[in-house]
Amino acid sequence: MQLLLESLFNGVAIGSVLLMAALGLAIVFGLMGVINLAHGELIMLGAYTTYVVQLIFKLPALQPVYNAYVLVALPLAFIVSGVVGILLERTVIRRLYGNPLETLLATWGVSLILQQFVRSVPLAHAAGLILALVLGFGLPLLLPSSLLAGPRARLVRAGSWAISALGGVLLAGGLASQITRIARATSRNVDVTAPKWMRGGIEFIDITFPVPRLVIIVITIVAVVGVTWFLNKSVWGMRIRAVTQNRSMSDCLGIPTDTVDVLTFGIGSGLAGVAGVAVSLLGSVGPNVGGSYIVGCFMVVVLGGVGNLLGTVLASFAIGMLTDLIGAGRLLTIWPDMPAPLAGAVNFFATTSMAQVMVFALIVVFLQFRPAGLFPQKGRMVEA
Amino acid sequence: MFQAFQQRRWPLIILWVVIVAAIVAAPAVLPVFRLNLLGRFLSLAIVALGIDLIWGFTGLLSLGQGIFFALGGYVAAMYLQLNSSGDLPNGIPEFFSLYGVNRLPAFWEPFHSPLFTLVAIWLVPAVLAAVLGNLVFRNRIKGVYFSILTQAALLVFFNFFNGQQKLINGTNGLKTDVTQLFGQMVGSPEMQRGFFWLTSVVVILAWLLLRWVVRGRFGDVLIAIRDDEPRLRFAGYNPTLFKTIVFAIAGGLAGIGGALYTVQSGIVSPQYMTVPFSIEMVIWVAVGGRGTLVGAILGAVVINYAKSLVSEALPQSWLFIQGGLFILVVTALPEGVIGWFRGDGPRNWLNRFGISRRSETYPRLDLEGQEEVQS
Repeated sequence: MQLLLESLFNGVAIGSVLLMAALGLAIVFGLMGVINLAHGELIMLGAYTTYVVQLIFKLPALQPVYNAYVLVALPLAFIVSGVVGILLERTVIRRLYGNPLETLLATWGVSLILQQFVRSVPLAHAAGLILALVLGFGLPLLLPSSLLAGPRARLVRAGSWAISALGGVLLAGGLASQITRIARATSRNVDVTAPKWMRGGIEFIDITFPVPRLVIIVITIVAVVGVTWFLNKSVWGMRIRAVTQNRSMSDCLGIPTDTVDVLTFGIGSGLAGVAGVAVSLLGSVGPNVGGSYIVGCFMVVVLGGVGNLLGTVLASFAIGMLTDLIGAGRLLTIWPDMPAPLAGAVNFFATTSMAQVMVFALIVVFLQFRPAGLFPQKGRMVEA
Repeated sequence: MFQAFQQRRWPLIILWVVIVAAIVAAPAVLPVFRLNLLGRFLSLAIVALGIDLIWGFTGLLSLGQGIFFALGGYVAAMYLQLNSSGDLPNGIPEFFSLYGVNRLPAFWEPFHSPLFTLVAIWLVPAVLAAVLGNLVFRNRIKGVYFSILTQAALLVFFNFFNGQQKLINGTNGLKTDVTQLFGQMVGSPEMQRGFFWLTSVVVILAWLLLRWVVRGRFGDVLIAIRDDEPRLRFAGYNPTLFKTIVFAIAGGLAGIGGALYTVQSGIVSPQYMTVPFSIEMVIWVAVGGRGTLVGAILGAVVINYAKSLVSEALPQSWLFIQGGLFILVVTALPEGVIGWFRGDGPRNWLNRFGISRRSETYPRLDLEGQEEVQS
């Protein structure tokens, strides 16, 4: 019983990180059909956001509320990754709709640039740049539309960008002068220290549940419920689904497909940022942290069936549990006196990387029987 | 090549003479280090040719060519290791003793034979590609799903090779530069010169082979798969078979390229199977011009040369440049450089400056079909 529970918990824990990372991808890939290989780097940006927020909360003025930094990091990471994602959609991906292979290559280029960006630009300056972008995109939305459409529209826009740039420079300068650790560029990995309440574990029926894992599971549940609610109940969610089903028809009915694209991509990217917070709680953060998740995320989406959130959830938990089952060699604990050759095989795969080998092989076998994943899209198209 | 002589097309003949002269003279002109680099880049060009065949002509974007590349390299390295470990204790390669292995693993045994190795260099990757490809193609998994699955397969193989110290020295890889071949050190300048010439010849042979493949009816079917696979299926063809064959050819070429690369770089390691390296291979073809065989060769050599030059001068900036190249080539130059020259690119430029020579005329349409397979 205890073994089963522990095994279940580990599987859910691995699966929930995977699910969190794949959720944004499921939206971007599943709903828009865009292959975003820079998704891993958006996760990385979220992780770095957590790091910067944590350092800011270490400043004397904010020291008393240090323990709450994770709660601030979550929405900030969402915004940072979301804005970078929107920028990416506006500049690159927009031109490539309908060409998935080209999108794949272009976003890979973006991911390389982002990786090198965090290596060669000081984090303080990066934070300033992102603030400038957020303000630059956000200010026009706050201004009354009469100003933006009036005779001085250009001046107003230029003014809002100038203010944003000023804000960015101020933030960059301020951060660089206050926190020396992010004033210089580094390609070394950094560590996010969990706040006090997150260390240790909770004992329950003789099993210790590590708190960071529990927090991640909670974040994941909230995110999945939120996304499901948004897509199924809100007005914009309905529009997104409409555009997914039939773009030209939605356009004819007056749905602003352009805005829908930006929104969908922004939300998908923002979720990657939230995943970044989760990832930063588990281990050190480096420029390559995203790369280790991206392939697994795609496998989750493909296994679950493209465009199906339930499939994504089930697939990530299935992969998580299988990884735990194989990687920790649990089959041997369950069935201790299995024949020697079988035991040898189980031991052979009982490492994290070999478990991945086995899981991916199983996925490929599974796709032989269900080529479109757990929940295939129904339709009569030749091009399924 | 031979047609050029038969038809007495002098510019082509002169071009070939120049190419051959350059290959023969290169060792005398270039310093050893640069010659070695050029040789390596030419072996990468062989891989690029394979990618061009499956992506440029057949429309299958594989992000896992590193598997076949590294396998070819491992096959070559295993033979070389065995060939030079006769005097060592147990008669097995040195690294085994680090992990307390006293007996050669069974799958190493056939690599005592040079003949077997020469065949295995291309046959092992080709068979693997055929098996993997067939599993995917027969389910009609294609497009980006194919790409994602090849990437996942790459990760599987990387993890496997990276983790197995006792079988193939894991993450350290197999060194070849201090091994013996024909009684000489593989890393010696004389051997390297020989490998350079060998690589050049193989590049030309691979180019001729692929040119023969993509011209004619077989090539037409490939292009039909790329442009409209369902229609081809309705016309009674079986795309799975064709795709499997070309994927196997590309895999075999990648294996040959990997073996030649390994003997010239002196080591084969799981690093050859990393995700970034395999995607890099695609960009060589994209920049050079997919669907043009010459473009693949030029792209591989020029980009890698640029990479080594930039990395020597400004190590920080190469990733920026490479990332920019990816974005630029898909948004601004989807045909690649060679494709741009062959297509309407130059004429559009001349138009822009008002020096248009001729306007587009109707008979051009007749040429279009042939233009695509020209190489």
